[in-house]
Amino acid sequence: MHSDRASLGLKIAAVGGLLFLHLPILLIFLYAFTTEDKSYQFPPPGLTTQWFGVAWNREDIWPPLYLSLWVATIATFLAMILGTLVSAAMARTAFFGREQISLLIILPIALPGVITGMSLRSAFSIMDIPFSTWTIILGHATFCIVIVYNNAVARFRRLSGGILEASADLGANSFQTFRYVLLPNLGTALLAGGMLAFALSFDEVIVTTFTAGQQSTLPIWMLQELVRPRQRPVTNVVAIVVFLATFVPILIAYYLTRGGSETAGAGK
Amino acid sequence: MTSPTPAILPERGLADRLTALFWRHPRLLLAVLLTPPLLWLGVVYLGSLFALLLQSFYSIDEFSGVVKEEFTLKTYAELFRAQNLDIIIRTLVMSAAVTIGCALIAFPIAYYAARFARGKWKAVFYLGVMLPLWSSYLVKVYAWKLILAKEGIITWAAEGVGLSMILNAILAIPGIGGNSLSTSPLGTFIVFVYVWLPYMILPMQAALERVPTSMLEASADLGASRAQTFRTVILPLAMPGVIAGSIFTFSLTMGDYIIPQIVGTSARFIGLAVYQLQGTAGNIPLAAAFAVVPIVIMLIYLTIAKRKGAFDAL
Repeated sequence: MHSDRASLGLKIAAVGGLLFLHLPILLIFLYAFTTEDKSYQFPPPGLTTQWFGVAWNREDIWPPLYLSLWVATIATFLAMILGTLVSAAMARTAFFGREQISLLIILPIALPGVITGMSLRSAFSIMDIPFSTWTIILGHATFCIVIVYNNAVARFRRLSGGILEASADLGANSFQTFRYVLLPNLGTALLAGGMLAFALSFDEVIVTTFTAGQQSTLPIWMLQELVRPRQRPVTNVVAIVVFLATFVPILIAYYLTRGGSETAGAGK
Repeated sequence: MTSPTPAILPERGLADRLTALFWRHPRLLLAVLLTPPLLWLGVVYLGSLFALLLQSFYSIDEFSGVVKEEFTLKTYAELFRAQNLDIIIRTLVMSAAVTIGCALIAFPIAYYAARFARGKWKAVFYLGVMLPLWSSYLVKVYAWKLILAKEGIITWAAEGVGLSMILNAILAIPGIGGNSLSTSPLGTFIVFVYVWLPYMILPMQAALERVPTSMLEASADLGASRAQTFRTVILPLAMPGVIAGSIFTFSLTMGDYIIPQIVGTSARFIGLAVYQLQGTAGNIPLAAAFAVVPIVIMLIYLTIAKRKGAFDAL
Protein backbone atom coordinates (compact mmCIF):
# COMPACT_ATOMS: atom_id res chain seq x y z
CA MET A 1 0.00 0.00 0.00
CA HIS A 2 1.34 3.38 -0.99
CA SER A 3 1.79 5.58 2.03
CA ASP A 4 -1.19 7.86 2.52
CA ARG A 5 0.38 10.26 4.96
CA ALA A 6 2.04 13.48 3.91
CA SER A 7 5.58 14.00 5.10
CA LEU A 8 6.21 16.80 7.58
CA GLY A 9 8.21 18.75 4.99
CA LEU A 10 5.34 18.67 2.54
CA LYS A 11 2.86 19.80 5.20
CA ILE A 12 5.06 22.73 6.18
CA ALA A 13 5.60 23.74 2.54
CA ALA A 14 1.87 23.52 1.76
CA VAL A 15 0.64 25.41 4.82
CA GLY A 16 3.51 27.89 4.48
CA GLY A 17 2.45 28.51 0.88
CA LEU A 18 -1.13 29.21 1.97
CA LEU A 19 0.08 31.63 4.64
CA PHE A 20 2.26 33.35 2.04
CA LEU A 21 -0.91 33.89 0.00
CA HIS A 22 -2.90 35.39 2.87
CA LEU A 23 -0.73 37.24 5.38
CA PRO A 24 0.16 40.19 3.10
CA ILE A 25 -3.50 41.14 2.70
CA LEU A 26 -4.05 41.22 6.46
CA LEU A 27 -1.32 43.83 6.76
CA ILE A 28 -3.48 46.34 4.84
CA PHE A 29 -6.01 46.22 7.67
CA LEU A 30 -3.34 47.00 10.27
CA TYR A 31 -1.94 49.90 8.26
CA ALA A 32 -5.36 51.57 7.97
CA PHE A 33 -5.14 52.32 11.72
CA THR A 34 -1.58 53.62 11.89
CA THR A 35 -0.86 57.11 13.22
CA GLU A 36 2.16 57.47 10.92
CA ASP A 37 1.15 59.13 7.65
CA LYS A 38 4.50 59.90 6.00
CA SER A 39 6.03 56.45 5.60
CA TYR A 40 5.20 52.73 5.78
CA GLN A 41 6.87 52.34 9.17
CA PHE A 42 6.48 48.96 10.86
CA PRO A 43 5.41 48.41 13.58
CA PRO A 44 3.01 51.38 13.52
CA PRO A 45 3.94 53.90 16.22
CA GLY A 46 0.30 54.16 17.34
CA LEU A 47 -3.23 53.20 16.37
CA THR A 48 -6.13 55.49 15.49
CA THR A 49 -9.48 55.29 13.71
CA GLN A 50 -9.38 58.89 12.43
CA TRP A 51 -8.49 57.91 8.84
CA PHE A 52 -11.90 56.39 8.21
CA GLY A 53 -13.45 59.79 8.97
CA VAL A 54 -10.85 61.62 6.87
CA ALA A 55 -11.48 59.27 3.93
CA TRP A 56 -15.23 59.72 4.28
CA ASN A 57 -14.85 63.50 3.96
CA ARG A 58 -12.42 63.43 1.04
CA GLU A 59 -14.48 64.63 -1.89
CA ASP A 60 -12.15 63.24 -4.57
CA ILE A 61 -12.94 59.64 -3.54
CA TRP A 62 -16.70 59.64 -4.10
CA PRO A 63 -16.90 60.28 -7.89
CA PRO A 64 -14.44 57.44 -8.71
CA LEU A 65 -16.38 55.14 -6.36
CA TYR A 66 -19.69 55.95 -8.08
CA LEU A 67 -18.11 55.54 -11.52
CA SER A 68 -16.67 52.13 -10.57
CA LEU A 69 -20.02 50.93 -9.21
CA TRP A 70 -21.86 52.18 -12.30
CA VAL A 71 -19.38 50.63 -14.75
CA ALA A 72 -19.33 47.30 -12.88
CA THR A 73 -23.13 47.17 -12.76
CA ILE A 74 -23.67 47.84 -16.48
CA ALA A 75 -20.75 45.64 -17.57
CA THR A 76 -22.05 42.76 -15.41
CA PHE A 77 -25.55 43.20 -16.81
CA LEU A 78 -24.31 43.08 -20.42
CA ALA A 79 -21.99 40.16 -19.70
CA MET A 80 -24.79 38.17 -18.08
CA ILE A 81 -27.02 38.51 -21.14
CA LEU A 82 -24.28 37.76 -23.68
CA GLY A 83 -22.69 35.03 -21.55
CA THR A 84 -26.00 33.22 -21.00
CA LEU A 85 -26.87 33.34 -24.71
CA VAL A 86 -23.55 31.95 -25.81
CA SER A 87 -23.49 29.25 -23.11
CA ALA A 88 -27.00 28.12 -24.13
CA ALA A 89 -25.81 27.78 -27.72
CA MET A 90 -22.56 26.03 -26.80
CA ALA A 91 -23.93 23.63 -24.20
CA ARG A 92 -26.12 21.38 -26.30
CA THR A 93 -25.26 21.49 -29.93
CA ALA A 94 -22.21 20.55 -31.92
CA PHE A 95 -21.77 22.80 -34.92
CA PHE A 96 -19.12 23.97 -37.30
CA GLY A 97 -16.82 26.54 -35.71
CA ARG A 98 -17.66 25.62 -32.11
CA GLU A 99 -13.99 25.32 -31.11
CA GLN A 100 -13.17 28.67 -32.68
CA ILE A 101 -16.00 30.36 -30.80
CA SER A 102 -14.87 28.93 -27.47
CA LEU A 103 -11.37 30.25 -28.20
CA LEU A 104 -12.83 33.66 -29.06
CA ILE A 105 -14.66 33.79 -25.72
CA ILE A 106 -11.60 33.04 -23.58
CA LEU A 107 -9.20 35.20 -25.61
CA PRO A 108 -9.98 38.47 -23.77
CA ILE A 109 -8.69 37.03 -20.47
CA ALA A 110 -6.14 34.63 -21.97
CA LEU A 111 -4.15 37.45 -23.55
CA PRO A 112 -2.51 39.94 -21.16
CA GLY A 113 -4.72 42.91 -20.25
CA VAL A 114 -2.28 45.31 -21.81
CA ILE A 115 -3.05 43.79 -25.24
CA THR A 116 -6.82 44.03 -24.78
CA GLY A 117 -6.39 47.59 -23.55
CA MET A 118 -4.01 48.64 -26.30
CA SER A 119 -6.26 47.02 -28.95
CA LEU A 120 -9.29 48.98 -27.79
CA ARG A 121 -7.19 52.13 -27.58
CA SER A 122 -6.02 51.60 -31.21
CA ALA A 123 -9.59 51.04 -32.36
CA PHE A 124 -10.85 54.19 -30.60
CA SER A 125 -7.97 56.12 -32.10
CA ILE A 126 -8.60 54.87 -35.67
CA MET A 127 -12.35 55.46 -35.45
CA ASP A 128 -12.03 58.80 -33.59
CA ILE A 129 -14.22 57.63 -30.71
CA PRO A 130 -13.82 59.97 -27.71
CA PHE A 131 -13.29 58.42 -24.27
CA SER A 132 -16.43 58.14 -22.16
CA THR A 133 -17.99 55.95 -19.51
CA TRP A 134 -19.17 53.74 -22.36
CA THR A 135 -15.65 53.10 -23.64
CA ILE A 136 -14.79 51.76 -20.16
CA ILE A 137 -17.92 49.61 -20.09
CA LEU A 138 -17.16 48.26 -23.57
CA GLY A 139 -13.81 46.88 -22.39
CA HIS A 140 -15.12 45.53 -19.08
CA ALA A 141 -18.13 43.73 -20.60
CA THR A 142 -15.81 42.04 -23.11
CA PHE A 143 -13.67 40.29 -20.52
CA CYS A 144 -16.61 39.64 -18.15
CA ILE A 145 -18.50 37.53 -20.73
CA VAL A 146 -16.17 34.58 -20.20
CA ILE A 147 -16.74 34.60 -16.42
CA VAL A 148 -20.52 34.29 -16.80
CA TYR A 149 -20.05 31.82 -19.65
CA ASN A 150 -17.82 29.50 -17.57
CA ASN A 151 -20.35 29.31 -14.75
CA ALA A 152 -23.44 28.96 -16.94
CA VAL A 153 -21.99 26.37 -19.33
CA ALA A 154 -20.94 24.10 -16.44
CA ARG A 155 -24.49 24.18 -15.08
CA PHE A 156 -25.99 23.54 -18.53
CA ARG A 157 -23.82 20.44 -18.87
CA ARG A 158 -25.11 19.07 -15.59
CA LEU A 159 -28.73 19.77 -16.51
CA SER A 160 -30.48 16.76 -18.00
CA GLY A 161 -31.90 17.44 -21.45
CA GLY A 162 -34.92 15.38 -20.44
CA ILE A 163 -36.53 18.13 -18.38
CA LEU A 164 -36.65 20.47 -21.37
CA GLU A 165 -38.35 17.77 -23.44
CA ALA A 166 -40.74 17.00 -20.59
CA SER A 167 -41.64 20.68 -20.44
CA ALA A 168 -42.33 20.72 -24.19
CA ASP A 169 -44.40 17.53 -23.94
CA LEU A 170 -46.55 19.15 -21.28
CA GLY A 171 -47.38 21.93 -23.69
CA ALA A 172 -44.97 24.72 -22.70
CA ASN A 173 -43.50 26.81 -25.49
CA SER A 174 -39.80 27.73 -25.56
CA PHE A 175 -40.34 30.94 -23.61
CA GLN A 176 -42.34 29.24 -20.88
CA THR A 177 -39.70 26.50 -20.66
CA PHE A 178 -37.05 29.19 -20.28
CA ARG A 179 -39.02 31.08 -17.65
CA TYR A 180 -40.28 28.15 -15.54
CA VAL A 181 -37.73 25.37 -16.08
CA LEU A 182 -34.41 26.68 -17.32
CA LEU A 183 -34.11 29.90 -15.32
CA PRO A 184 -34.78 28.35 -11.87
CA ASN A 185 -32.14 25.72 -12.63
CA LEU A 186 -29.58 28.18 -13.94
CA GLY A 187 -30.34 30.87 -11.35
CA THR A 188 -27.56 30.31 -8.82
CA ALA A 189 -24.92 29.68 -11.49
CA LEU A 190 -25.85 32.91 -13.25
CA LEU A 191 -25.87 34.82 -9.98
CA ALA A 192 -22.45 33.41 -9.09
CA GLY A 193 -21.12 34.35 -12.52
CA GLY A 194 -22.56 37.83 -12.13
CA MET A 195 -20.96 38.25 -8.71
CA LEU A 196 -17.55 37.24 -10.04
CA ALA A 197 -17.94 39.48 -13.08
CA PHE A 198 -18.83 42.39 -10.80
CA ALA A 199 -15.79 41.75 -8.62
CA LEU A 200 -13.53 41.54 -11.65
CA SER A 201 -14.88 44.71 -13.21
CA PHE A 202 -14.87 46.72 -9.96
CA ASP A 203 -11.19 45.96 -9.46
CA GLU A 204 -9.94 46.13 -13.07
CA VAL A 205 -7.17 48.63 -13.69
CA ILE A 206 -5.02 47.54 -16.65
CA VAL A 207 -7.60 47.65 -19.44
CA THR A 208 -9.28 50.63 -17.81
CA THR A 209 -6.21 52.86 -17.99
CA PHE A 210 -6.33 52.49 -21.78
CA THR A 211 -10.06 53.13 -22.18
CA ALA A 212 -10.78 55.77 -19.52
CA GLY A 213 -8.99 58.85 -20.84
CA GLN A 214 -9.21 61.50 -18.11
CA GLN A 215 -11.89 59.73 -16.06
CA SER A 216 -10.91 57.85 -12.96
CA THR A 217 -12.45 54.73 -11.49
CA LEU A 218 -11.62 53.76 -7.93
CA PRO A 219 -8.71 51.46 -8.94
CA ILE A 220 -7.27 54.24 -11.12
CA TRP A 221 -7.58 56.67 -8.21
CA MET A 222 -5.71 54.15 -6.08
CA LEU A 223 -3.03 53.64 -8.69
CA GLN A 224 -2.43 57.40 -8.83
CA GLU A 225 -2.08 57.47 -5.05
CA LEU A 226 0.40 54.58 -5.21
CA VAL A 227 2.58 56.33 -7.76
CA ARG A 228 2.35 59.74 -6.07
CA PRO A 229 1.23 59.25 -2.46
CA ARG A 230 -0.56 62.14 -0.72
CA GLN A 231 -2.21 60.80 2.45
CA ARG A 232 -1.07 57.20 2.77
CA PRO A 233 -3.50 56.07 5.49
CA VAL A 234 -6.45 57.30 3.37
CA THR A 235 -5.24 55.05 0.56
CA ASN A 236 -5.18 52.20 3.08
CA VAL A 237 -8.82 52.84 3.96
CA VAL A 238 -9.78 52.87 0.26
CA ALA A 239 -7.78 49.65 -0.22
CA ILE A 240 -9.92 47.99 2.46
CA VAL A 241 -13.09 49.19 0.73
CA VAL A 242 -11.89 47.83 -2.65
CA PHE A 243 -10.83 44.57 -1.00
CA LEU A 244 -14.22 44.07 0.63
CA ALA A 245 -16.11 45.07 -2.53
CA THR A 246 -14.40 42.18 -4.34
CA PHE A 247 -14.12 39.73 -1.42
CA VAL A 248 -17.80 39.64 -0.46
CA PRO A 249 -19.15 38.81 -3.98
CA ILE A 250 -16.53 36.04 -4.33
CA LEU A 251 -17.60 34.42 -1.06
CA ILE A 252 -21.27 34.65 -2.09
CA ALA A 253 -20.43 33.08 -5.46
CA TYR A 254 -18.62 30.25 -3.67
CA TYR A 255 -21.55 29.49 -1.39
CA LEU A 256 -24.05 29.68 -4.26
CA THR A 257 -22.32 26.95 -6.23
CA ARG A 258 -20.79 24.91 -3.42
CA GLY A 259 -21.30 21.17 -3.57
CA GLY A 260 -21.83 21.10 -7.30
CA SER A 261 -19.32 19.75 -9.72
CA GLU A 262 -18.65 23.26 -10.91
CA THR A 263 -17.74 25.40 -7.91
CA ALA A 264 -17.44 28.97 -9.11
CA GLY A 265 -14.17 30.74 -9.58
CA ALA A 266 -11.81 27.92 -10.46
CA GLY A 267 -10.95 29.68 -13.69
CA LYS A 268 -10.35 33.40 -13.77
CA MET B 1 -71.10 14.17 -26.54
CA THR B 2 -68.32 16.72 -26.98
CA SER B 3 -65.70 16.20 -29.63
CA PRO B 4 -62.34 14.88 -28.25
CA THR B 5 -59.50 17.40 -27.83
CA PRO B 6 -57.11 17.19 -30.77
CA ALA B 7 -53.73 15.60 -30.07
CA ILE B 8 -51.92 18.68 -31.30
CA LEU B 9 -52.79 21.73 -29.26
CA PRO B 10 -53.80 24.81 -31.22
CA GLU B 11 -51.27 27.61 -31.37
CA ARG B 12 -51.99 30.26 -28.79
CA GLY B 13 -49.97 33.14 -30.16
CA LEU B 14 -46.64 34.43 -31.39
CA ALA B 15 -44.62 32.62 -28.70
CA ASP B 16 -46.05 29.27 -29.80
CA ARG B 17 -45.45 30.00 -33.45
CA LEU B 18 -41.81 30.85 -32.71
CA THR B 19 -41.43 27.68 -30.66
CA ALA B 20 -42.67 25.61 -33.59
CA LEU B 21 -40.32 27.42 -35.92
CA PHE B 22 -37.33 26.74 -33.65
CA TRP B 23 -38.40 23.11 -33.35
CA ARG B 24 -38.46 22.70 -37.10
CA HIS B 25 -35.24 24.65 -37.67
CA PRO B 26 -32.84 24.12 -34.72
CA ARG B 27 -30.13 26.03 -36.60
CA LEU B 28 -32.31 29.13 -36.50
CA LEU B 29 -32.44 29.02 -32.70
CA LEU B 30 -28.68 28.57 -32.63
CA ALA B 31 -28.24 31.60 -34.86
CA VAL B 32 -30.56 33.70 -32.69
CA LEU B 33 -28.64 32.71 -29.56
CA LEU B 34 -25.19 33.22 -31.05
CA THR B 35 -25.66 36.44 -33.00
CA PRO B 36 -25.56 39.01 -30.15
CA PRO B 37 -22.49 37.60 -28.33
CA LEU B 38 -20.62 36.93 -31.57
CA LEU B 39 -21.40 40.39 -32.87
CA TRP B 40 -20.06 41.85 -29.63
CA LEU B 41 -16.90 39.74 -29.47
CA GLY B 42 -16.36 39.87 -33.22
CA VAL B 43 -16.79 43.59 -33.62
CA VAL B 44 -15.50 44.93 -30.32
CA TYR B 45 -12.75 42.44 -29.58
CA LEU B 46 -11.53 41.02 -32.89
CA GLY B 47 -12.09 44.42 -34.51
CA SER B 48 -9.85 45.97 -31.87
CA LEU B 49 -7.16 43.32 -32.27
CA PHE B 50 -7.24 44.03 -35.98
CA ALA B 51 -6.95 47.76 -35.29
CA LEU B 52 -3.91 47.00 -33.14
CA LEU B 53 -2.29 45.05 -35.95
CA LEU B 54 -3.12 47.80 -38.43
CA GLN B 55 -1.64 50.51 -36.20
CA SER B 56 1.57 48.53 -35.77
CA PHE B 57 2.18 48.75 -39.53
CA TYR B 58 1.78 52.53 -39.50
CA SER B 59 4.63 54.80 -38.55
CA ILE B 60 5.03 58.15 -36.88
CA ASP B 61 6.50 61.23 -38.51
CA GLU B 62 9.53 62.07 -36.42
CA PHE B 63 9.22 65.83 -36.84
CA SER B 64 5.49 66.48 -36.55
CA GLY B 65 4.63 63.46 -34.36
CA VAL B 66 1.63 62.72 -36.59
CA VAL B 67 0.75 59.11 -37.40
CA LYS B 68 1.34 58.37 -41.09
CA GLU B 69 -1.34 55.98 -42.27
CA GLU B 70 0.62 54.02 -44.84
CA PHE B 71 1.99 50.51 -44.55
CA THR B 72 5.59 50.17 -43.49
CA LEU B 73 7.77 47.79 -41.50
CA LYS B 74 9.72 50.74 -40.10
CA THR B 75 7.99 50.57 -36.73
CA TYR B 76 8.80 46.88 -36.34
CA ALA B 77 12.41 47.60 -37.24
CA GLU B 78 12.51 50.05 -34.32
CA LEU B 79 11.87 47.14 -31.94
CA PHE B 80 15.35 45.89 -32.75
CA ARG B 81 17.07 49.04 -31.53
CA ALA B 82 19.35 48.26 -28.59
CA GLN B 83 17.16 49.99 -25.98
CA ASN B 84 13.94 48.34 -27.18
CA LEU B 85 15.58 44.92 -27.51
CA ASP B 86 16.75 45.38 -23.90
CA ILE B 87 13.15 45.86 -22.78
CA ILE B 88 12.03 42.69 -24.57
CA ILE B 89 14.85 40.56 -23.19
CA ARG B 90 14.40 41.92 -19.65
CA THR B 91 10.69 41.05 -19.84
CA LEU B 92 11.35 37.52 -21.10
CA VAL B 93 13.95 36.82 -18.40
CA MET B 94 11.60 38.09 -15.69
CA SER B 95 8.68 36.04 -17.08
CA ALA B 96 10.79 32.88 -17.13
CA ALA B 97 12.10 33.49 -13.60
CA VAL B 98 8.60 34.18 -12.25
CA THR B 99 7.26 31.03 -13.91
CA ILE B 100 9.95 28.87 -12.30
CA GLY B 101 9.46 30.58 -8.92
CA CYS B 102 5.70 30.01 -9.08
CA ALA B 103 6.12 26.35 -10.07
CA LEU B 104 8.44 25.68 -7.11
CA ILE B 105 6.17 27.30 -4.52
CA ALA B 106 2.94 26.01 -6.08
CA PHE B 107 3.92 22.35 -6.26
CA PRO B 108 3.75 21.44 -2.56
CA ILE B 109 0.43 23.28 -2.16
CA ALA B 110 -1.12 21.61 -5.23
CA TYR B 111 0.31 18.21 -4.30
CA TYR B 112 -0.96 18.34 -0.74
CA ALA B 113 -4.39 19.62 -1.77
CA ALA B 114 -4.76 16.96 -4.47
CA ARG B 115 -3.40 13.91 -2.65
CA PHE B 116 -3.80 14.37 1.08
CA ALA B 117 -6.36 17.06 1.91
CA ARG B 118 -9.74 15.58 2.84
CA GLY B 119 -13.11 16.95 3.93
CA LYS B 120 -12.78 20.28 5.68
CA TRP B 121 -9.15 20.72 4.68
CA LYS B 122 -10.06 20.27 1.04
CA ALA B 123 -12.41 23.27 1.33
CA VAL B 124 -9.78 25.26 3.22
CA PHE B 125 -7.25 24.67 0.45
CA TYR B 126 -9.81 25.43 -2.27
CA LEU B 127 -10.92 28.72 -0.71
CA GLY B 128 -7.35 29.44 0.35
CA VAL B 129 -6.24 29.50 -3.27
CA MET B 130 -9.40 30.97 -4.78
CA LEU B 131 -9.76 34.00 -2.53
CA PRO B 132 -6.28 35.40 -3.26
CA LEU B 133 -6.86 34.62 -6.95
CA TRP B 134 -9.96 36.79 -7.07
CA SER B 135 -9.25 39.45 -4.49
CA SER B 136 -8.25 42.88 -5.67
CA TYR B 137 -5.08 42.91 -7.74
CA LEU B 138 -4.17 46.47 -6.78
CA VAL B 139 -4.67 45.82 -3.08
CA LYS B 140 -2.33 42.83 -3.28
CA VAL B 141 0.35 44.89 -5.02
CA TYR B 142 -0.17 47.67 -2.49
CA ALA B 143 0.23 45.26 0.42
CA TRP B 144 3.64 44.29 -0.95
CA LYS B 145 4.63 47.93 -1.28
CA LEU B 146 4.05 48.16 2.49
CA ILE B 147 5.93 44.94 3.20
CA LEU B 148 8.99 45.63 1.06
CA ALA B 149 9.39 49.33 1.94
CA LYS B 150 12.71 50.32 3.49
CA GLU B 151 11.04 51.01 6.85
CA GLY B 152 8.60 48.10 6.40
CA ILE B 153 8.01 44.77 8.08
CA ILE B 154 10.82 42.80 6.37
CA THR B 155 13.54 45.21 7.44
CA TRP B 156 12.02 45.25 10.93
CA ALA B 157 11.88 41.47 11.13
CA ALA B 158 15.43 41.11 9.80
CA GLU B 159 16.68 43.49 12.46
CA GLY B 160 14.67 41.70 15.12
CA VAL B 161 16.31 38.32 14.47
CA GLY B 162 19.70 39.77 13.57
CA LEU B 163 19.62 38.97 9.87
CA SER B 164 20.10 42.54 8.61
CA MET B 165 23.55 41.55 7.39
CA ILE B 166 22.08 38.93 5.04
CA LEU B 167 19.35 41.27 3.80
CA ASN B 168 21.93 43.96 3.04
CA ALA B 169 24.21 41.42 1.36
CA ILE B 170 21.36 40.32 -0.91
CA LEU B 171 20.49 43.92 -1.71
CA ALA B 172 24.12 44.58 -2.59
CA ILE B 173 24.13 41.95 -5.37
CA PRO B 174 24.29 43.87 -8.64
CA GLY B 175 21.50 43.05 -11.09
CA ILE B 176 18.92 41.93 -8.56
CA GLY B 177 19.55 44.17 -5.54
CA GLY B 178 18.93 47.85 -4.98
CA ASN B 179 18.49 50.58 -2.40
CA SER B 180 15.68 48.65 -0.66
CA LEU B 181 13.56 45.63 -1.56
CA SER B 182 10.79 47.87 -2.89
CA THR B 183 13.16 49.48 -5.39
CA SER B 184 14.99 46.34 -6.55
CA PRO B 185 14.38 43.80 -9.33
CA LEU B 186 14.23 41.16 -6.58
CA GLY B 187 11.21 42.98 -5.13
CA THR B 188 9.51 43.06 -8.54
CA PHE B 189 10.14 39.32 -8.83
CA ILE B 190 8.64 38.57 -5.40
CA VAL B 191 5.47 40.54 -6.12
CA PHE B 192 5.02 38.90 -9.53
CA VAL B 193 5.39 35.44 -7.98
CA TYR B 194 2.89 36.31 -5.26
CA VAL B 195 0.26 37.75 -7.58
CA TRP B 196 0.32 34.96 -10.19
CA LEU B 197 0.85 32.00 -7.81
CA PRO B 198 -2.83 30.87 -7.71
CA TYR B 199 -2.85 30.65 -11.53
CA MET B 200 -0.12 28.02 -11.23
CA ILE B 201 -1.64 26.10 -8.32
CA LEU B 202 -5.09 25.44 -9.85
CA PRO B 203 -4.09 23.66 -13.11
CA MET B 204 -1.33 21.79 -11.25
CA GLN B 205 -3.82 20.56 -8.68
CA ALA B 206 -6.24 19.53 -11.44
CA ALA B 207 -3.51 17.48 -13.15
CA LEU B 208 -2.39 15.86 -9.88
CA GLU B 209 -5.96 14.96 -8.93
CA ARG B 210 -6.22 12.94 -12.12
CA VAL B 211 -3.26 10.71 -11.23
CA PRO B 212 -4.95 7.40 -10.30
CA THR B 213 -4.00 5.94 -6.91
CA SER B 214 -3.79 2.50 -8.52
CA MET B 215 -0.80 3.69 -10.53
CA LEU B 216 1.04 4.71 -7.37
CA GLU B 217 0.24 1.34 -5.84
CA ALA B 218 1.45 -0.43 -8.96
CA SER B 219 4.65 1.58 -8.82
CA ALA B 220 5.16 0.58 -5.16
CA ASP B 221 4.35 -3.09 -5.95
CA LEU B 222 7.02 -3.07 -8.60
CA GLY B 223 9.50 -2.05 -5.95
CA ALA B 224 9.87 1.67 -6.51
CA SER B 225 10.76 3.81 -3.52
CA ARG B 226 8.65 6.90 -2.74
CA ALA B 227 11.26 9.10 -4.39
CA GLN B 228 11.30 6.92 -7.51
CA THR B 229 7.51 6.90 -7.76
CA PHE B 230 7.50 10.65 -7.40
CA ARG B 231 10.13 11.16 -10.08
CA THR B 232 8.98 8.60 -12.64
CA VAL B 233 5.20 8.52 -12.17
CA ILE B 234 3.83 11.62 -10.44
CA LEU B 235 6.07 14.27 -11.96
CA PRO B 236 5.59 13.28 -15.63
CA LEU B 237 1.82 13.07 -15.12
CA ALA B 238 1.80 16.49 -13.44
CA MET B 239 3.75 18.08 -16.28
CA PRO B 240 0.72 19.09 -18.42
CA GLY B 241 -0.64 20.96 -15.39
CA VAL B 242 2.67 22.74 -14.88
CA ILE B 243 2.74 23.78 -18.52
CA ALA B 244 -0.86 24.97 -18.37
CA GLY B 245 -0.03 27.04 -15.30
CA SER B 246 3.11 28.41 -16.90
CA ILE B 247 1.01 29.74 -19.79
CA PHE B 248 -0.78 32.01 -17.31
CA THR B 249 2.25 33.05 -15.27
CA PHE B 250 4.35 33.72 -18.37
CA SER B 251 1.68 35.61 -20.27
CA LEU B 252 0.52 37.65 -17.27
CA THR B 253 4.05 38.67 -16.30
CA MET B 254 4.84 39.64 -19.87
CA GLY B 255 1.84 41.95 -20.12
CA ASP B 256 1.86 43.52 -16.68
CA TYR B 257 2.86 47.15 -16.28
CA ILE B 258 1.50 48.07 -12.85
CA ILE B 259 3.87 45.99 -10.70
CA PRO B 260 7.19 47.17 -12.22
CA GLN B 261 5.89 50.73 -11.91
CA ILE B 262 5.12 50.46 -8.20
CA VAL B 263 7.75 48.01 -6.95
CA GLY B 264 11.13 47.96 -8.62
CA THR B 265 13.66 50.05 -10.46
CA SER B 266 12.57 52.38 -13.22
CA ALA B 267 13.79 49.83 -15.81
CA ARG B 268 11.02 49.29 -18.34
CA PHE B 269 9.13 46.13 -19.26
CA ILE B 270 7.03 45.54 -22.41
CA GLY B 271 3.77 46.45 -20.67
CA LEU B 272 5.18 49.68 -19.28
CA ALA B 273 6.69 50.57 -22.67
CA VAL B 274 3.29 50.10 -24.35
CA TYR B 275 1.59 52.23 -21.72
CA GLN B 276 4.09 55.08 -21.87
CA LEU B 277 4.34 55.08 -25.67
CA GLN B 278 0.58 55.37 -26.17
CA GLY B 279 0.17 57.91 -23.39
CA THR B 280 2.78 60.58 -22.80
CA ALA B 281 4.88 59.83 -25.90
CA GLY B 282 1.85 59.60 -28.19
CA ASN B 283 3.59 57.03 -30.41
CA ILE B 284 0.66 54.66 -30.94
CA PRO B 285 2.27 52.70 -33.84
CA LEU B 286 5.32 51.74 -31.75
CA ALA B 287 3.11 50.95 -28.75
CA ALA B 288 1.04 48.66 -30.99
CA ALA B 289 4.17 46.97 -32.37
CA PHE B 290 5.35 46.38 -28.78
CA ALA B 291 1.97 44.86 -27.90
CA VAL B 292 2.26 42.45 -30.82
CA VAL B 293 5.47 40.98 -29.30
CA PRO B 294 3.70 39.17 -26.41
CA ILE B 295 1.04 37.91 -28.83
CA VAL B 296 3.66 36.34 -31.08
CA ILE B 297 5.58 34.86 -28.14
CA MET B 298 2.39 33.45 -26.63
CA LEU B 299 1.38 31.91 -29.96
CA ILE B 300 4.73 30.11 -30.15
CA TYR B 301 4.42 29.08 -26.50
CA LEU B 302 0.85 27.81 -26.99
CA THR B 303 1.86 25.75 -30.02
CA ILE B 304 4.58 24.01 -28.01
CA ALA B 305 2.24 23.56 -25.03
CA LYS B 306 -0.43 22.04 -27.22
CA ARG B 307 2.02 19.43 -28.51
CA LYS B 308 2.81 18.51 -24.89
CA GLY B 309 -0.89 18.02 -24.15
CA ALA B 310 -1.24 20.92 -21.72
CA PHE B 311 -4.78 21.84 -22.76
CA ASP B 312 -6.28 18.67 -21.36
CA ALA B 313 -5.52 20.09 -17.92
CA LEU B 314 -7.28 23.43 -18.39
